[in-house]
This record gives sequence, structure tokens and C-alpha cells, in this order.
Amino acid sequence: MKTCLVVDDSRVIRKVARHILEELGYRVAEAGDGAEALAHCRSGMPEAILLDWRMPVMTGPEFLRRLRVEPGGGDPKVIFCSVECELGRIREALEAGADEFMIKPFDAEIVAGKLQAAGAQ
Amino acid sequence: MTPREREFVAALCAERAGLSLEHRRGYLMDSALAPVARREGYLSISELVRAARDRADERLSWAIVEGLAPPQTGFFRDPEVFAAVVDALPAGRAEPIRIWSAACGSGQEVYSLAMLLAERAAVPAAEIFGSDLSQRLVDKAKTGLYSAFEVQQGLSARRLVHHFEQQGESFAVAPRLRQGLRWRRANLLDDAPGPDRYDVVLGRYLLGAMTRPARTRALARLTAALKPGGCLVVSPNDVIAAYALGLEPICGAPGLFRQSASVAAAA
Repeated sequence: MKTCLVVDDSRVIRKVARHILEELGYRVAEAGDGAEALAHCRSGMPEAILLDWRMPVMTGPEFLRRLRVEPGGGDPKVIFCSVECELGRIREALEAGADEFMIKPFDAEIVAGKLQAAGAQ
Repeated sequence: MTPREREFVAALCAERAGLSLEHRRGYLMDSALAPVARREGYLSISELVRAARDRADERLSWAIVEGLAPPQTGFFRDPEVFAAVVDALPAGRAEPIRIWSAACGSGQEVYSLAMLLAERAAVPAAEIFGSDLSQRLVDKAKTGLYSAFEVQQGLSARRLVHHFEQQGESFAVAPRLRQGLRWRRANLLDDAPGPDRYDVVLGRYLLGAMTRPARTRALARLTAALKPGGCLVVSPNDVIAAYALGLEPICGAPGLFRQSASVAAAA
């Protein structure tokens, strides 16, 4: 079973994402900020990460840059999630090393499509 | 709606567009017609249906039929089909490839093809024609404008960034992709086959929603529009009498058929 790490400071978003991902057959882990997420990744890289943009401790892009230089940190497929949907923001996410970008709010169909587009399904 | 009103709607859809509402009785019919009633200024679906029936109002009748036509939504729906279509295109030809999307809905199928063709530089230039039963959807398709929710359905972030421009909170298909596209409202049951012939004709997510006689007429119309050796694309789960239509399935590509060599030679 593949693991997906949900990194978001909103407990509600994490709960919604967990429900969707479990329905899609993923084992789900959660982190409330980037530092917690990095610690999780160091103990075992997930196959996919749903990553919030704005978070306390470190931003989503900062987490991603740090992740990508960790051993094995290039492996997880990372999908940025944000309520801000300007093309500039999406471009920035891709340049930071994201595989996909998902605009909040999302539903099961969109999450499945984004995981597939990122190559995580 | 009363049972008689439902019967009227079902008969109207079958007569005008060959639509079968067998699987869209009850709440599915109501949820499709509720926005139509709102748009047309009626307080209930029953009021809308009665107005169409009692006044024999053509415009309202068509609004009901169009509201119940299954819309094609999502970019790159069945992504493997798009790749197979492009692979099946004639190579090394000087004249442009001609493609007809016969149930284009709000345009995502046409723009998906345009994106894929633009990404494959080796493919010759293409002219794509999109048509749909619904004038409202054709008008939307023409704008090339999609909401944040719509662009998330089947479109990768890379394609969004590469092929779209920001327009307020919406996303507009880049003008370079819109060159060579034509749009028109068309009813496959009414329109006589024109002189236009196409290398590829797509009639996806269309036949399954039709009555049996309408499906036969629509298939005849679609195959008649093929150039010699052209490809017909239907939904992967559509069952069609391919050989009777002079078509041969393309191996490894469910839903794709090529006009058979004998038919092509006779043409």
C-alpha cells in the first residue's frame, strides 16, 4: 500500500484529505507543519505528499526545497494545494519542484486525477 | 413534475435529439432541469415544462432538450484515447489534418486535442471543428474560458501553465491554440451530411445516451463524414456494428475504428 503524507496546518483539510486518500487506497500520514513533515520523511519517504502553501514554521515551498536535498527526497510525488490559483503561483510551485498543483477546495475526483497526473497512482 | 410531464419531457428529448432518458428518470432529470428552470425564470420545473408544452414554445423546448443532453466535461477524458488518436493521424502530409468533435460540449475535448497536437511538433497542422447540440455549450466553448474548478478536471498543472492565460479568476486558452478552430451548433439527427470530410471524427459519450434508432442515424452521419481511411472515435464502452459500417477496430485502442481499406478504395 502506498503512503501519502498530508501536510497542512488545518485539521479540517487534513481530515478531508485523509478520507479521500483512504478511499483511493492510500495509507495516510499527517503533519501540521513543515518541520513535522520533514521529520516524518526522514523516518521513511512517502510515495506522495499533499502540501499546503501557507503554513507556520516553514512555508510549503521552503519545505519542498529542504525535502528535495534529503537522501531519497526526490522520490515523493508532491502536489501543492492552495486556495490561491494564479498562474504565477502555479508556475512558482512547479519551479520549486512540485509535480502537480491542486486548487482548494478539492474533491475525490480531482485528487485522484492529480495523483495520476503526478505519477503517484 | 407529474408523471405526464415526465413523459412529455422524455418524448420531447427522443423526438428532437434521439436522447433516451431511460437512466435519467426521477431526481437525475430534476437536477438537470432545475438550472434550466432558474435560467428561464420559472419557479419550478413543472412550470417550465408546462410552458414549453402548452405554448408549444420552440425555444423553451430546446432549452429542456439541451439541459438533458449529457455534457462532455473534463480535459483529456480517457487520456490514452487522445494519444491513440494522434498516433493514428496520417504522417508526412502537406495539407492540414481535419478533425471533427461531434459532441464537443463546452470545448474541453477540442482544446485537449489542440494542446496535444501543439506539443507534438512532428504532427502536421490541424483544423478542428467542434459541434454540439447545445448552443449554450458551443458559445461557452468558443470563449475558451474556464473556471479554477474546470481546469482541475483532467488538466495537469504543466499544461495549465503552458497553454492558458490568466483572465481574472478564470483561465483562458492561449490564442495560439484557438487558431484553426471552428464551432457550430449541430444536431446529428437533423443536419444533412455536408461536403466536409475529416481525418478523425469523435462521437464520444454520445451514443450511449441515445435511443437505438437515433444511434443508428448518428453513427451513419459520423461515418459518412470520414475521409477515405479516416478514424472514428467513440467511447471505449460503446458497442457498434463496425464491419457493417465499413470500419475496422484499431488494435490496442478501444473505441477507435479506421475506415476499412475496401471502403476507402471505393471512395
